[in-house]
Amino acid sequence: MKRAISAVFALVVLFGSAQVWPQAATWEQVPIPALPAFHPPQPKRIVLPNGMVVFLQEDHELPLIDGVARIRGGGRTVPANKSGLIDVYGEVWRTGGTKSQTGDQLDDFLEQRAARVETGGGGDSTTISWSCLKDDLDEVFKVFVDLLQNPEFRADKIVIAQKGLYDGISRRNDNPAGIAGREATKLAYGADSPYAREPEYATVAAVTREDLVSWHHTYVHPNNIILGVVGDFDSAAMEARLRQAFGSWAKGPAAKDPDVPITPAKPGNYLVEKTDVNQSNIYLVGLGTTRKDPNYYAISVFNEAFGGGFSSRLFGDIRSTKGLAYAVGGGIGTSWDHPGMLRLIMSTKSQTTIESIHALDDELADLARKPITDEEIKRAKDSILNSFIFRFDSPGKVLQEKMAYEFYGYPLDYLEKYQAAIEKVTKEDVARVAAKYIHRDQMSVLVVGNSSEFDKPVSSLGAVNKLDITIPAPPPGIAGDAGDQP
Amino acid sequence: MKSRSVFRATIVVLFVSAVAFSQDLASFEKHITVKKLDNGLTVIICERPEAPVFSFFTHVDAGSTQDPMGKTGLAHMFEHMAFKGTDKIGTRDYAGEKVALAKVEEAYSAFIAERDKDVNRDEQKLKQLEQAWKDAITAADKFSSPFINEFGKIVESEGGEDMNAFTNYDETGYNYSFPVNRLELWAYLESERFLHPVMRQFYKERDVVIEERRMRTDSNPIGRLIEQFTTASFAAHPYHRPTVGWMWDLNSFSATDAQNFFDKYYVPANMIVTVVGDLKASETMPIIEKYFSRIPARPKPDEATTVEPPQKSERRVVLHEQSQPIYLEGYHRPDYRSPDDAIYDAITDLMSSGRTSRLYRALVRDKQIASDSAGFSGLPGNKYPHLFAFYAVPIPGHKPDEMAGAIHAEIERLKKEDISDEELRMIKTRAKANLIRSLGSNEGLANNLGLFQARYDDWRELFRSVERIDKVTKADIRRVANKTFVADNRTVGIIEFAPPSGPPPAAAAPQGGAQ
Repeated sequence: MKRAISAVFALVVLFGSAQVWPQAATWEQVPIPALPAFHPPQPKRIVLPNGMVVFLQEDHELPLIDGVARIRGGGRTVPANKSGLIDVYGEVWRTGGTKSQTGDQLDDFLEQRAARVETGGGGDSTTISWSCLKDDLDEVFKVFVDLLQNPEFRADKIVIAQKGLYDGISRRNDNPAGIAGREATKLAYGADSPYAREPEYATVAAVTREDLVSWHHTYVHPNNIILGVVGDFDSAAMEARLRQAFGSWAKGPAAKDPDVPITPAKPGNYLVEKTDVNQSNIYLVGLGTTRKDPNYYAISVFNEAFGGGFSSRLFGDIRSTKGLAYAVGGGIGTSWDHPGMLRLIMSTKSQTTIESIHALDDELADLARKPITDEEIKRAKDSILNSFIFRFDSPGKVLQEKMAYEFYGYPLDYLEKYQAAIEKVTKEDVARVAAKYIHRDQMSVLVVGNSSEFDKPVSSLGAVNKLDITIPAPPPGIAGDAGDQP
Repeated sequence: MKSRSVFRATIVVLFVSAVAFSQDLASFEKHITVKKLDNGLTVIICERPEAPVFSFFTHVDAGSTQDPMGKTGLAHMFEHMAFKGTDKIGTRDYAGEKVALAKVEEAYSAFIAERDKDVNRDEQKLKQLEQAWKDAITAADKFSSPFINEFGKIVESEGGEDMNAFTNYDETGYNYSFPVNRLELWAYLESERFLHPVMRQFYKERDVVIEERRMRTDSNPIGRLIEQFTTASFAAHPYHRPTVGWMWDLNSFSATDAQNFFDKYYVPANMIVTVVGDLKASETMPIIEKYFSRIPARPKPDEATTVEPPQKSERRVVLHEQSQPIYLEGYHRPDYRSPDDAIYDAITDLMSSGRTSRLYRALVRDKQIASDSAGFSGLPGNKYPHLFAFYAVPIPGHKPDEMAGAIHAEIERLKKEDISDEELRMIKTRAKANLIRSLGSNEGLANNLGLFQARYDDWRELFRSVERIDKVTKADIRRVANKTFVADNRTVGIIEFAPPSGPPPAAAAPQGGAQ
């Protein structure tokens, strides 16, 4: 690979030094040699007898070793009356220490080595990771294994985690962009959907140590774990280390991922009143689809042409031509295993709020009136294909991709096929997916702003639903801890 | 609390990581080439053959500190204009466009002259002048390329990744990444951008920047706090002005002003171009030189600015907001060239890094009054004397004054007691590990090498900064804390909760359960 590049440059330099090689006068005249074939190192995949899937990715550039275990089961399976459980779990798993060492002792031990062991909770999984200088691997890996298998969830750290969450709840109406993102998600999935609902004082207060212990016992089994390691190690030695550490760990029940209810809000116009701003946050929102959808490639090209980057329609029209927004974008969202959100997002001064909603409506109507052109398709495909290499230009990125495919049950050669599939997308495909997934009458309009300054009332768009974002009061036990309420 | 074996292990770690660290510096020496071109532009090439891609960082040694009086926001405005194309990119007919853009400037200047008349302003004439200006814009727009963001379109279509730019008080930076076969295309585009920038669609882009100000500052309580706090902290130095600009100035400065800013500050002697990736310096340098040498040499601008005089008394800024409270305070400290710079870095690490940091342990873990607290240098910049700031985010039921008390207790400890051997070792170990962790990406390296070259005229200072932290002593920390963290040298910024309308309540704000 490197030889090929060198050959090209060697020619160039030869001309250059001979003073006959001219500068290009326009960008089109600049020669672009073929990009040499690049085959990034692939991680080694191992399945331990107990079902744990391991990926080992050597990277000897720096004396570091990082690992992450992703464990099936996350916040979307938590019952509504314990919303926030996964956040408390994700923090106290680490801060609560192990049976033999408190979290504070772990802090001292790790910080003296500039090492990290961290845990976290997400929607469909939880994670535990480490990062260390390679010479500290023995000691840091021991902490990682101990915390993975023997967490203690000490009560004093549960209190701190809960207080942190109460703080987040108390502040969630302070920032208009945060309000808009949260309320738009509720409109797309339904306010009670696990994909949209928020922790509340009462649901966080309801989380007990028994809940955390029980969560751990339910989900943390080797057959629910995908472990990836990247860094300056020898794969054979690392494999031996992992077999030694986890070989005798018995299988447990497989994590069940129940159906997650999605009940989109009734399409309409929704307003959140915010009097301390001079700019409105606007969403047009609906449901998208999943990455497993065969239309995913056409959707990717559509999104790039319509709302992705400096040269997209939304950026060119709404920002550069009309000067209505600094932040604008959108597209048909695709999540790994459930529908993403269909969104058009922008923020604009209060006085151009309704004008901007009409401008976004025009963009949607234009998809039928002035379908995405051949030129736009070419630009979008060029952009995706020419930047494709940035999906795998470091061993860490390759590892992350493979772990995601493994987790969501995608073929491990997914990325190799992606490029060919994008190349095949036609203008007709793009028009078809736009028509299939974007229906303005099934979308909601959300405005977070200071309606007394709007150019026209929101009611000029039709009936208005005012959203009450008042934060529910805390239960009596933690009443003294609640924040100031507008 | 810690056993002897832990101490011993720590010493071993230090030794081992010091070895790894010096190996890295040696290998970087071999992979980095620096050249100053005849026009004064500095080029850094770092060979990192990990994948056939590269990243670049163009550093311009001018930021909002250089904004002219009454034209705040201009450095940032030019940064936006650097995406608007050149005399070849973004136009249908540049000769015609040039004339039309000059007419826009004439019309705008007449409109502003009438708008800003102190007496005898003619409102009807003002309307006509505004319309004439808008008509001139419409006429000029006819000459621009049908594709409005042609520069960005070329970069994106050719596979550009993470195209962006930033402006801060101290500098302006431009960056993206390309597949390595686009090196020459990049050299063409990036040099062309600073050879022939065209101020097309300036006033629409100014509207975009005004929306950016509304988003970051006006409609965000923390943005409002930081603007008011920074303004209060500096009486003389331009650090008291917002980088994004004051609203009046944004609605006043012209495309001509932006062009003048460019002419004065975007001179090759003021610019450093760093490329990092799968490149060979021997082959890459001639290509970069060929294109960037086209930028004519011009005198390095005079960037002398005033020195902030010592603060004589505490200043306080209290914002009454319908949002939850925040506490912030800052103390003046010298610029980054100060011999004490590494000591401030050590204090930052001690007070703020991770769960062993003093502020986390005191405010979050033990007193349980805050969800987050830290102290750090670099507010609002670090090229000139600036602030060492502390902040705390009170959890519900706790007030900013409590935050002040808890932070001051930790500062007093720093002044009166030596930090422990363990803490000092932790600071030094982390400095080395943080450096190693920062070396693993083209983008990060390009940014760091370019920045250190700009600040110290030598990229090696990136590595030497760790050696300087290694020399910090306990006595240094006490000395610097005693010198810096004194009440008269302090500015305080607070958000107090107030209900949506009307003045702040006389009594304490309503507590829990209030709707």
